[in-house]
Amino acid sequence: MNPAEPNTQTAVTLSIDGREVTVPEGQTILAACTAAGVETPTICWAPNLTPVNVCRVCVVELEGSRTLVPACSRPVEAGMQISTDSERVRHSRRMVLEFLGSANDLSQASEIADWSRHYGADPARYDAPCSDDGSPGSTAGGEAGLEPERVDEPVRIQDDLYIRAYDRCVLCYKCVEACGDDAQHTFAIAVAGRGFDARIRTEYDTELPESACVYCGNCVAVCPTGALQFRTEFDLRAVGEWRPDDQTVTRTVCSYCGVGCNLELHVQDERIVKVTSPADHSVTNGHLCIKGRFGWEYVHAPAFEPPSTDTAER
Amino acid sequence: MADLHFSDAEPTASERQAVLAALSVNGAGDGAVVVDHPRVVRGGTRRRKQLRHLLLPALHALQREAGWISPGGLNFVGRTLGVPPAEAYGVATFYEMFRTDSPSHELSVRHVCVDPICALAGAAPLAEHLRSQGHAVHEGPCLGQCERAPAVFIQGRREPDRVPADDSGPDSLLVSVTASTPESPSLLRQMIERGFDNGESTSMEAYRQRGGGAALDAALRLGPDDVIAQVSAAGLSGRGGAAFPTGIKWRAVADGNGPCHVVANIDESEPGTFKDRLLCELEPLAIIESMAVAGLVVGAQQGWIYIRGEYPLATQRLRGAIAQARSAGWLGDDAAGSGQQFDIELRRGAGAYICGEETALFNSLEGFRGEPRNKPPFPTTHGLFGQPTVVNNPETLLNVNEILRIGPEAYRSVGTEGSPGTKLFCLSGHVGRPGLYEAPFGTPLGELLELAGGVQGTLAAVLLGGAAGSFVGPDALALPLSLEDTRAAGTTLGSGPVMVFNDSADMSGVIERLAKFFRDESCGQCVPCRVGTVRQHELVTSIRRAGGPTEPQRELLGDIADAMGDASICGLGHTAASAVMSAMRLGLLEAEPAGEAVARAARERSEQEREEMGGTARVAQQRDSLGDSAS
Ligand SMILES: Cc1cc2nc3c(=O)[nH]c(=O)nc-3n(C[C@H](O)[C@H](O)[C@H](O)COP(=O)(O)O)c2cc1C
Ligand code: SF4
Ligand code: SF4
Ligand code: SF4
Ligand code: FES
Ligand code: FES
Repeated sequence: MNPAEPNTQTAVTLSIDGREVTVPEGQTILAACTAAGVETPTICWAPNLTPVNVCRVCVVELEGSRTLVPACSRPVEAGMQISTDSERVRHSRRMVLEFLGSANDLSQASEIADWSRHYGADPARYDAPCSDDGSPGSTAGGEAGLEPERVDEPVRIQDDLYIRAYDRCVLCYKCVEACGDDAQHTFAIAVAGRGFDARIRTEYDTELPESACVYCGNCVAVCPTGALQFRTEFDLRAVGEWRPDDQTVTRTVCSYCGVGCNLELHVQDERIVKVTSPADHSVTNGHLCIKGRFGWEYVHAPAFEPPSTDTAER
Repeated sequence: MADLHFSDAEPTASERQAVLAALSVNGAGDGAVVVDHPRVVRGGTRRRKQLRHLLLPALHALQREAGWISPGGLNFVGRTLGVPPAEAYGVATFYEMFRTDSPSHELSVRHVCVDPICALAGAAPLAEHLRSQGHAVHEGPCLGQCERAPAVFIQGRREPDRVPADDSGPDSLLVSVTASTPESPSLLRQMIERGFDNGESTSMEAYRQRGGGAALDAALRLGPDDVIAQVSAAGLSGRGGAAFPTGIKWRAVADGNGPCHVVANIDESEPGTFKDRLLCELEPLAIIESMAVAGLVVGAQQGWIYIRGEYPLATQRLRGAIAQARSAGWLGDDAAGSGQQFDIELRRGAGAYICGEETALFNSLEGFRGEPRNKPPFPTTHGLFGQPTVVNNPETLLNVNEILRIGPEAYRSVGTEGSPGTKLFCLSGHVGRPGLYEAPFGTPLGELLELAGGVQGTLAAVLLGGAAGSFVGPDALALPLSLEDTRAAGTTLGSGPVMVFNDSADMSGVIERLAKFFRDESCGQCVPCRVGTVRQHELVTSIRRAGGPTEPQRELLGDIADAMGDASICGLGHTAASAVMSAMRLGLLEAEPAGEAVARAARERSEQEREEMGGTARVAQQRDSLGDSAS
């Protein structure tokens, strides 16, 4: 991972925005960009998941390639000439962000919002009414126009652990991966339907408690848009009391079993409001089970007394 | 998979039976899967991956039996094949031919094509008429019968699927304009000479009598390296749309290690295309023969036919051909006496244009959603089941037979330097005789139209390459139909559809329908295409209602087109704006009558061209045909 000490036998040198970068063979263009100090927007990529390269916000221009290529999944090759800030790259990134903004509620996707500002995405272009003066942003709407279709879904609140608000879902596949081959191997959710109607679903949209879901919360932890949200966060947001800046994060080890999962306790006003695990932790890769993720209520129990270690059965 | 979680829903006895019959070894009857593999009986965790490729056949069986994929039926399939129910549901909801809610009737479903050619021919009144007669009607995309529009396909409920037009005998028109000497390449000559004798098309004896088997003999005589050398020397390029050199593809797979596959891509769903259907109906044994050649040349043990679900007659004939080829020893443990094992399995698609994209096809066949994979890696190294795979269009495969029959030099005697040989063109719309035409590459468009009985009325536009192609105007009649000339002119041949529209056609309606096609057929995986196709359709609809585009609308369409073309995963997204953009350039989106709009746009363009230095025509930016040229 460290570009400073690449294995000389398998080091690959490529050019990023005119600068030479050397990284180990097998790494992605994204990793090379990071090594070169070039920041790249990503939505569907995460360090602890297999790249699915579906959001396309990370595309870069590769000399000799007819189309742009996804930085997050394309392995480096010696001599690649990459541009990360050409007109073509900026256009496609802006359009991806604009498309998402025109289709989804991104109000709780702060990173996507930041990049949208950076690239000047203007989702309103699709719904501003038609005007004769041809002013920018005057396009599809108007008397003859159509309201742009949006992902329209009611929020699903089926239990106390997490909610699903699929109008925020950008279909990044992260939750599906976390529930499936990449972590949990429960396969409770998958993409169903096709095209713009594709949605994250259990079979026949069965309610979660009746589905295969084991409430590990790994899908919630990887969701970049707040489409999946812990109930604690959802309830606090509903009353305007979700204040990330006032939260402290304490690292500890889960006490339920002997695996040794690291926990990050997010604490606000002296109460745990969320539990995550570091994505780079060798045991969890960021993933937990229901006990570590949700089994902290006892901490707040009024008459809590730790069992004596002398007598506790081992 | 012991720990999969299923609901309590149980299958009905008939659902259970239908699924088991579909999965049974050598199960008989239409819809049955031919499975000769010992895999079916193996247990353990490997079983999951080994059985999953039976998901699509099992879902077909459920749909036919119950009229939908019921929760109980899905559970049964999931348990039997080790597929999690959420994933099986995700697969079932991907396809047009499956439904996951209970139908309120016991009827077979009449699929009526509403794509442009059928729309011109009265698809809407036909659908209305069928409904009024009490039929269950589903309006959907091109059914690959554009030469006999409006098209209907009946998806059977507890009865075999069928196409009503097949009952009245094959009335399709076949015309070949290649020189009539047997020494020049022609895919259609034999079929034309013997007329439409269906008995002959499926009989091994008759096939042998007219020279069938020669390609296989030649391949055994020459050996793999020489076959590939001949295919390369002939300059054969893929006929499925991307025009990739076939020799390079075969060489790469032959050079690979470990198991590999040969796949015939007969998903044919590009609006305006019906050639593969006719080839399979009229010369199915030739397709099996060429697959065997491919299998022996690259060293594959397994060949696969993936055919679209709406082609019942072609499917039936291919199944018959596979059976005959087994009896004749072409397929089996010692295929054609080569000492190599090669056999073929046939799989039906279930209504999804995207599954014709080669990597989507692999996923679909493996029992996953038909979502394309990012390339690279290419199928030649990571194809079906992650193994090296040759995937070819049937027209490409039949050309291999021709090359082996007459040799590469004679093969190159027709066509152009850059595009040797002949091309099959599917003519539909406002021409005198819609049908399948074979002409040397380089034949001018106007000549082809004349051959097809000429344009009916005054020509407004021709859509080359189907929905993924682009419109050309009446000024393009001299355009030589070769790969290089169409590319230079900013258009494409694609898989060979030529859709003709006269000035009575509602062109903005045609274009709106094309935009709707992409919106419906996008797999939804990547953002540029999933949302871009929707925004494009909305804009085109607005423009049509307003009677023409405003400047910001033009700009926005261009912005959408650029992003889809640059940032999408696969060829569907790459080409989804091509027809719309070409229509806008030709003035076909304006409210005025198409004829006048085209004339005015042509005037404007020539003025603009004169303004540009040196009179160099500003050739419309057009992306390569189907976007996967490096496959
Ligand atoms: C959206 C899409 C649909 C396609 N549909 C087909 C098809 O129905 N049949 C086909 O042969 N190729 C189709 N292709 C092209 C295939 O990906 C592939 O290039 C082709 O099957 C290779 O065979 P060839 O080299 O013989 O042409 C499609 C491509 C795209 C992007
Ligand atoms: S909570 Fe765990 S089991 Fe449930 S859907 Fe999310 S990842 Fe899957
Ligand atoms: S729910 Fe969240 S993680 Fe899942 S696909 Fe949607 S945005 Fe991605
Ligand atoms: S371009 Fe369209 S069809 Fe292709 S992968 Fe993306 S969403 Fe699917
Ligand atoms: S981050 Fe690369 S495609 Fe989504
Ligand atoms: S069958 Fe209707 S357009 Fe092809």
